[in-house]
Amino acid sequence: MSENISKQKPSGDRRKFILNMARGFGLTVMGGFIWSAYLDEAKASSLLLRPPAALPEDDFLKTCIKCGLCVEACPYDTLVLAKPGDHKPIGTPYFVPRDVPCYMCPDIPCVPVCPTGALDEQSVTDNGKLDINMAQMGLAVVDEESCVAFWGIQCDACYRACPIFGQAITIEYSKNERTGKHAFMKPVVHSDACTGCGLCEQACITEKPAIHILPREVAQGKAGNYYIKGWDKKDEKRLKDAKEIKTVTEISKQSASDKLNGNMLEDLY
Amino acid sequence: MKTLWNNYRYLILRRFTQISLLVLYFGANAWGWKMLQGDLSSSLILGKIPMSDPFAVLQMLSAGAILATNLLIGAVVVTVFYFFIGGRAFCSWVCPINIVTDTANWTREKIGMNKLKGVKQPASRSIRYWIMGLSLVISAIMGVTAFEFISPISMVHRGLVFGMGFGWSAMLIIFLFDLFVLKNGWCGHICPLGGFYSLLSKFSLIRVQHYEENCTLCMKCKQVCPENQVLYMVGKESLPVLSGECTNCARCIEVCDDDALGFSIRNMAKNKKTGE
Repeated sequence: MSENISKQKPSGDRRKFILNMARGFGLTVMGGFIWSAYLDEAKASSLLLRPPAALPEDDFLKTCIKCGLCVEACPYDTLVLAKPGDHKPIGTPYFVPRDVPCYMCPDIPCVPVCPTGALDEQSVTDNGKLDINMAQMGLAVVDEESCVAFWGIQCDACYRACPIFGQAITIEYSKNERTGKHAFMKPVVHSDACTGCGLCEQACITEKPAIHILPREVAQGKAGNYYIKGWDKKDEKRLKDAKEIKTVTEISKQSASDKLNGNMLEDLY
Repeated sequence: MKTLWNNYRYLILRRFTQISLLVLYFGANAWGWKMLQGDLSSSLILGKIPMSDPFAVLQMLSAGAILATNLLIGAVVVTVFYFFIGGRAFCSWVCPINIVTDTANWTREKIGMNKLKGVKQPASRSIRYWIMGLSLVISAIMGVTAFEFISPISMVHRGLVFGMGFGWSAMLIIFLFDLFVLKNGWCGHICPLGGFYSLLSKFSLIRVQHYEENCTLCMKCKQVCPENQVLYMVGKESLPVLSGECTNCARCIEVCDDDALGFSIRNMAKNKKTGE
């Protein structure tokens, strides 16, 4: 009898150990998937504006340790940390320009204090000197439907508020055909100069701002490599190393004249 | 009055440290104090000495972030402190969640949850190490610091310093969990940061020492200890508490009426035992 017990015990222990390990592993996998699913949703908020010199969003989320030193350094209380309930990646800094825009301090106090490099000092440094005009926090976008300047009413609030005066926003004149004797004075944003500070959005006189800041990757399109500005010497240089890419479709298999004189209609319908 | 102080002296000191640190952090954001800026994830002492959460830094590394020098220095400062000196003191002397879980535990005792029949502790204390490993794996897969996105510790601490939002719900969840689901549930079973510090503090100097010859086997220490597996030697042998899971909270020392427990320095305690 005692022999039986001593024989069974080790295998029972082994079974228990294996089952416990399997349980731990299984629960870890289960929890891991729930956790990952949550993270995937939690980091997918792209409509927010980061402090100046922030890394691209993906790298920023990896690198920001959520310490709030940039928030404490900001003299205007522009920057805030995302709280639970803000629907933003939790604990990361952002700003809402309509509430408090970035006043573009020349010494950029929020950037050098970052301990992790999520705010990259190099990206706003030119010849060893900090230059806030190099920041790319976002891009101002004008909604022509609600901007009263596009209605023919004179307003240049955004143009006046812009800290990069006369470069990031210019006023474009054109004739108002409706009245026949007035001018339109429309604000036009230039993406090469605009930093996305949001002073224009804050200054905008409409109930909901007709000019507002969007993250650059949201606001900007991309023409792609096929288009080259033939009138721009620098852009045309891209042609030098260009390789031919041939796209073959059902219609382009034959030469154009053969195809067009052949039975096109049958192929198409 | 004297016994009151005697029985709660470390608890009072711990609350004092925890709250003072919170006030210093809060003052840095609200009034521009320079003593302690940032939050528990990363901070600056007197605007000079960096400190960073080494577990957060590990997750960043795993997520594929490029680590800055200041961050590494900060992580080393914190690691060295807990590795050589404090042990898991972060948990009971700094972490604000400790106040929540201690309150839950106190309430548990008061309402008699612990004596309820049929209520078992359904979980193992090593869950925290699995979650710790999982944090690093998920950080690598998802490319974000996995635990930092859900950590109620940083949520609550950040909330107290920078604005709470719905962060109070994290506190409530932990309170209810510890009260009704699992005794010492968060700090003693789940928290991967506690797990990380448990591994780190295996070799630290400050230790609780048991003097078996004074022990009357009242077991008050085991009742009050949030990690009572570390007190296995009570009433059996005069040994220092060497497990890294001990948080150095010193509750056992202050509830002991027989001087059978006290703080000691690791090697000196050893010498006493061998008589050297």
